[in-house]
Amino acid sequence: MTKAKLDTAFQTVEKVGEKAFVPYIMAGDGGLENLNESIRFLAESGATAIELGLPFSDPVADGPTIQAAGIRALEAGTTVQAVLDEVAKEKDNRMIPLVIMTYLNPIFAYGVEAFAQSCEAAGISGLILPDLPLEEEGLVVKALKKHNIALIRLVALTSTQERIQALAERSEGFLYAVTVAGTTGERASFVNQIGAHLQALKEISKAPVLAGFGVSTPEHVKELSQYCDGVVVGSKIVDALNRGDKQQVADLIASRKEA
Amino acid sequence: MATYPTETGHYGDFGGRFVPETLMPAILELEKAFKEAKEDEGFQEEMRYYLKQYVGRETPLYYAERLSKHLDGPRIYLKREDLNHTGAHKINNTIGQALLTQRMGKKKVVAETGAGQHGVATATVSALLGLECIIFMGKEDVRRQALNVYRMELLGAQVVSVDQGNGTLKDAVNEAMRYWTANVEDTHYIFGTAAGPHPFPQIVRDFQRIIGDETRKQVIEAEGKLPEAVVACVGGGSNAIGMFYPFVDDLDVKMYGVEAGGKGLLSGMHAASLTEGKAGILHGSLSYLLQNEDGQVQEPHSISAGLDYPGVGPEHSYLKDAGRVTYDAITDEEALEAVRMLSRTEGIIPALESAHAVAYCKKLAPVMNKEDVLVVCLSGRGDKDVNTIREAHETGGDLHD
Repeated sequence: MTKAKLDTAFQTVEKVGEKAFVPYIMAGDGGLENLNESIRFLAESGATAIELGLPFSDPVADGPTIQAAGIRALEAGTTVQAVLDEVAKEKDNRMIPLVIMTYLNPIFAYGVEAFAQSCEAAGISGLILPDLPLEEEGLVVKALKKHNIALIRLVALTSTQERIQALAERSEGFLYAVTVAGTTGERASFVNQIGAHLQALKEISKAPVLAGFGVSTPEHVKELSQYCDGVVVGSKIVDALNRGDKQQVADLIASRKEA
Repeated sequence: MATYPTETGHYGDFGGRFVPETLMPAILELEKAFKEAKEDEGFQEEMRYYLKQYVGRETPLYYAERLSKHLDGPRIYLKREDLNHTGAHKINNTIGQALLTQRMGKKKVVAETGAGQHGVATATVSALLGLECIIFMGKEDVRRQALNVYRMELLGAQVVSVDQGNGTLKDAVNEAMRYWTANVEDTHYIFGTAAGPHPFPQIVRDFQRIIGDETRKQVIEAEGKLPEAVVACVGGGSNAIGMFYPFVDDLDVKMYGVEAGGKGLLSGMHAASLTEGKAGILHGSLSYLLQNEDGQVQEPHSISAGLDYPGVGPEHSYLKDAGRVTYDAITDEEALEAVRMLSRTEGIIPALESAHAVAYCKKLAPVMNKEDVLVVCLSGRGDKDVNTIREAHETGGDLHD
């Protein structure tokens, strides 16, 4: 059920000829008590799924905006357990699929099997671990499979053809196409070959291909969505929510319709 | 000789390469380049040339007679890594990795630094080989080690002060990794310690094992036998693994790794990952780690910038669990006392990092025989720490706050 919810959401978007939009929020940033409200707001604004960041003290794949959000969340006392408990509360009446993005260590400390089990119980559909390359997947795949959680792989601009093939073949949930060489955060533009890169991924990927990292304007959303199945937007959403600018978030999500 | 890591970079349960996909191709490229270089006599010849003519190896194994008498214990020898060019063991590794950088056709290097020794050693070899060099250093360390910052700049490196976290080594590694991720196509990351993703722990060990290889030969020449014990300080663990590795199969040689006990293990303000931590993943490898119940990495504390790190190399974790090396901790205060003791008995001012190993001699002396031989890795000289030491003695102890 959990993993399938994500697949269904992408199929629904495709059926009506639209593109997917997956916003990222940092759990606990702005208070854990507001988490379910934020999720509802993003769902009502038209998000296809939501990426929920669990804060980690040393987020090496993240730029300044998400680093700062993680520090705010940790200072507010956010823990893995508290986030899962909060999310589980509205499990039954929540339509939008949730995907957790975090680093390996908080999960390792929680216990991989226990974490997968708690995710299933909380209605989480997938997991993104930016510090877990193909070579080390053995640490989590069994537990995730058992509990119906999709392991969402990231493919990079630097990935070799051989690695792209392997990642695309294993893709489940969606294939996360990292669109910049670097960390998360706003960018002015993307490399020239980005369109061809995304199209090539889409051709071989089993799961939908979503572009992410550096996507921060309606123009980016439109530009990248034309080559793949949609986008993930992180830093811009985190920044707007932190400033209390919900309108900007809604406008950004709405831009997917024009894509 | 023990044959680890495995092909996949694991040391028992530890090690691995937990890095973003963006870095994986560079990690694999580095692994290949390193394997080829190891087999290439030309590369080995070049290494030997620079280590002898530029670094000044081999370093002496010095019999510290007055220290031995002072402690009324075993015959203590100091492996004088402090006499290397740039004043510490760090250059053994940076020379090797800079030559690897050239082999891979890259023109730029990035590195992290804690005490500044690795940064200086990286800036030095960058100047030597004409590489562009950028160094990330925690804000607190920039303050503690101002002279080393200036040294690096003098050598033509760009030093970036890192504000995040406590502004120490861990934060510098985070930023260096982020920089590497964004510039991986033309930049090599000269990792300074025997930690990080595979193949770094192996590369650093193999470039640092010259410490133990020389020591083994020298101690046999001087004493006609292997030592009863060897001691080295452990932050990430590069000088220690370099000293220990050639002795791993000599089971009669006891080995002691000394971590930073900071204000005492009970205070929670220390950097003793092996003694007090539990297995976790930081900076690309699975190893002992200072962390809370929720898997958040804890801020370490040590008066010594080079030991102020919450993680440790995976091979040390392996050696700990295998029971081959005993790991223990020395406090800031004990290390400061050891600086004074070695300065006054031998006329050698040790780096604060190395002073942790010297301090441990005081603990071992009473339980060893007079005819026993104890080798201490004196990983670096204390010139860089003189200000810190003076402030500490003036304020009667801590100066981290």
